[in-house]
Amino acid sequence: MDDQFYVSSSPHISDRESVTKIMTAVALSLLPASLGAIYFFGLRTLWIMLVSIAAAVLTEAVVQKAMKKPITISDGSALVTGLLLAFNMSAQVPLWIPAVGAVFAIAVGKQVFGGLGFNPMNPALLGRAFLLASWPSHMLSFDRCIPRGSLYQSVSGIDVMTSATPLNVFKQAREILAHPELYPDSFAQADKTIHKLYDSIDSLFIGRIGGCLGETSALLLLIGAAFLLYKRYIGWKIPFSYIGTVALLSWIFGGTDGLFSGNVLFHIFSGGLILGAFYMATDMVTSPVTYRGRILFGVGCGAITVLIRLVGGYPEGVSYSILLMNLLVPLLDRYTRPTVFGGAKKS
Amino acid sequence: MGFLHKKTFNGGVHPPEQKGATAKKAIETLPIPPEVVIPLQQHIGAPAKPLVEPGTAVQVGDLIAEAGGFVSLPVHASISGTVSAVEERPHPLGGQVLSVVIQGDGQDQWNPSIGYDANYLDLTVKETVERIQQAGVAGMGGATFPTHVKLSPPADKPIDTLIINGAECEPYLTSDHRLLLEEPQKILLGIQILAKVLSAKKVAIGIEDNKADAIKVMRGLISKLKLPFSVHALPVKYPQGAEKQLIKAVVNRTVPAGSLPMTVGCVVQNVATAAAIHDAVAFRRPVVQRVVTVSGNAVQTAKNCVVRLGTSYRFILQECGGVNGSLGKVIMGGPMMGFAQSSLDLPVIKGTSGLLFLDARQARRNQETVCISCARCIDVCPMRLMPKMLGAWVRHKRIDEAIDYHILDCMECGSCAFVCPAHIDLLHLIRYGKSEAIKKRKKAS
Repeated sequence: MDDQFYVSSSPHISDRESVTKIMTAVALSLLPASLGAIYFFGLRTLWIMLVSIAAAVLTEAVVQKAMKKPITISDGSALVTGLLLAFNMSAQVPLWIPAVGAVFAIAVGKQVFGGLGFNPMNPALLGRAFLLASWPSHMLSFDRCIPRGSLYQSVSGIDVMTSATPLNVFKQAREILAHPELYPDSFAQADKTIHKLYDSIDSLFIGRIGGCLGETSALLLLIGAAFLLYKRYIGWKIPFSYIGTVALLSWIFGGTDGLFSGNVLFHIFSGGLILGAFYMATDMVTSPVTYRGRILFGVGCGAITVLIRLVGGYPEGVSYSILLMNLLVPLLDRYTRPTVFGGAKKS
Repeated sequence: MGFLHKKTFNGGVHPPEQKGATAKKAIETLPIPPEVVIPLQQHIGAPAKPLVEPGTAVQVGDLIAEAGGFVSLPVHASISGTVSAVEERPHPLGGQVLSVVIQGDGQDQWNPSIGYDANYLDLTVKETVERIQQAGVAGMGGATFPTHVKLSPPADKPIDTLIINGAECEPYLTSDHRLLLEEPQKILLGIQILAKVLSAKKVAIGIEDNKADAIKVMRGLISKLKLPFSVHALPVKYPQGAEKQLIKAVVNRTVPAGSLPMTVGCVVQNVATAAAIHDAVAFRRPVVQRVVTVSGNAVQTAKNCVVRLGTSYRFILQECGGVNGSLGKVIMGGPMMGFAQSSLDLPVIKGTSGLLFLDARQARRNQETVCISCARCIDVCPMRLMPKMLGAWVRHKRIDEAIDYHILDCMECGSCAFVCPAHIDLLHLIRYGKSEAIKKRKKAS
């Protein structure tokens, strides 16, 4: 008998998870929303997604090859980054936009820091921020991509046609309502618009609205998120504390009739909150690892999102809020270390 | 508090149980091997000092080495025959350890002083503990801490609760399960002796609820004998059988970090230890054999069997029908905390609760990839440590930071490495870091 055995340290078994499996599951969970985007905005969106994914994967391979590191494109992480980046595009962007964004996201957002596991910020969101800063006109134009069954034709009384997302309409109308003396002619129209938006939350939920590819249909995103939650690839702490904070703060401050007049559902289902809370903020590499850290992270994302939405210069704040909170992750992890079993509470 | 709390602990994992191969198989007694190799260190503490030399004739149960101190245990001959060597031999836990080799005479002659002592209940506490020590009883769950030490708590740490560990949370292992089913009287008598020695007011037996038959048998016998013991059905979760986690689950007390269970008035003993204590006290019978679960996909016939200490794995494997397919890994104990063995010529010792033979496919390790901070290791750690951080500190030789992150509180259950999707050998890194941390502390003091 051959007495040659594997000798290794315990444990001798493992559950059969792997990084590739996790990334594959995330990509699969984005499938309903991807199909939804194609349905709502047409076949062109498929090309945006494909270009973004191809550029991301190719960039990863080229950079790793150039740096003489093992090529790990088969782990699926670049694919997920590419797809998520495409979800942040308007359906009418020229195809070089996702390509340039994906190159930036992978090369500068990820590989510069050492690749998967070492990037401080979510690469897809960094790619989006780069595109938004460099080509805002492309990134913020939604006028030629009115989705099927959209309600925009009817709320375009004010000049919103160049950027017709619900949050944009909302922000402009709210501005008018807050300063009636400056816009005496538009006041009645703005009031009507706000109510129209509040009455159309079912459209927001299903996705019959303008916006980026991946942020239109809350329903389809939630189907994928439920799958990830069920498989425990994402936890409930970050998305729920994030959305809960947005709900609370926008209820208090987000209305047009003073405090506590905000429409919570409108703020939850419009813009990129669902996409951001379930798919971006939960990115394992760039979110806290501790229990309390994850809650604080979600609360911070929510607070910054509402701040940007209501006070800031942009109509939407999900991506910047997550990027900003990404940078706080090491600090959050350091100051929210769990108390060891049987240990005294740290003061 | 008390009965309303959830009977479990935070964290933990659910490895496939793999107990089906042996759970329904009655314990059988293996033939006596022609030769045994008995290491003089089968317990935590000082090694025993040999009392025999080559040529000495021995009977089963003869003292062949005396305890090397208070935290130490004597060692006894497990077969009758002649000592052929007293020399260093490879030990199942690694390294070379002074061992007594006995060539059997095939007679199985037992030391005549071993036999039932009808008056054992009249023994004083001190005499009882002495008998337990003289019989060489160590924790049979695998930790092999000398039992008499646990039964001699300092006067300022009164014990009110005795917890009996029948969780057997390691996959594959069924030796405690079978013992609960087949020897419940012996276990209960052993528990009575323990309760008397500790003057414990409360006795709680914790059994994972995948052993419903064992729970039923124990509850039935306890109510028949009108014993004041309670049986707790615990949810199946690894490491339910770890001392601090078991105490949390059964009596909802939290042992302070870095402290022993006696700090919260508890002593934990394994069911097999309770049975050994009964034999030691009522029969003056030393620990010369134990129940071993032989399982894994590379053994022909999986079994629960009584094996004499010092029996080689090779002999046991032959008695279980030999190798099925190819043999890739041999594990002493369970797959979560057990020790990979380098040879089939190593002996069974007091802590050998199982012997797993796995094929090459199961033995292979997964290729390590990079940590993606998924935090699964942190979520499952029953000690609420941050294994990801500990692994990183150790890898960068930053032992002070590792100590600050409580590396010395790790009990090495392996849950972190089990769930790691990047297949990082977290426990291996932590073990290394612990040894470095202990070295550093010694140097500092």
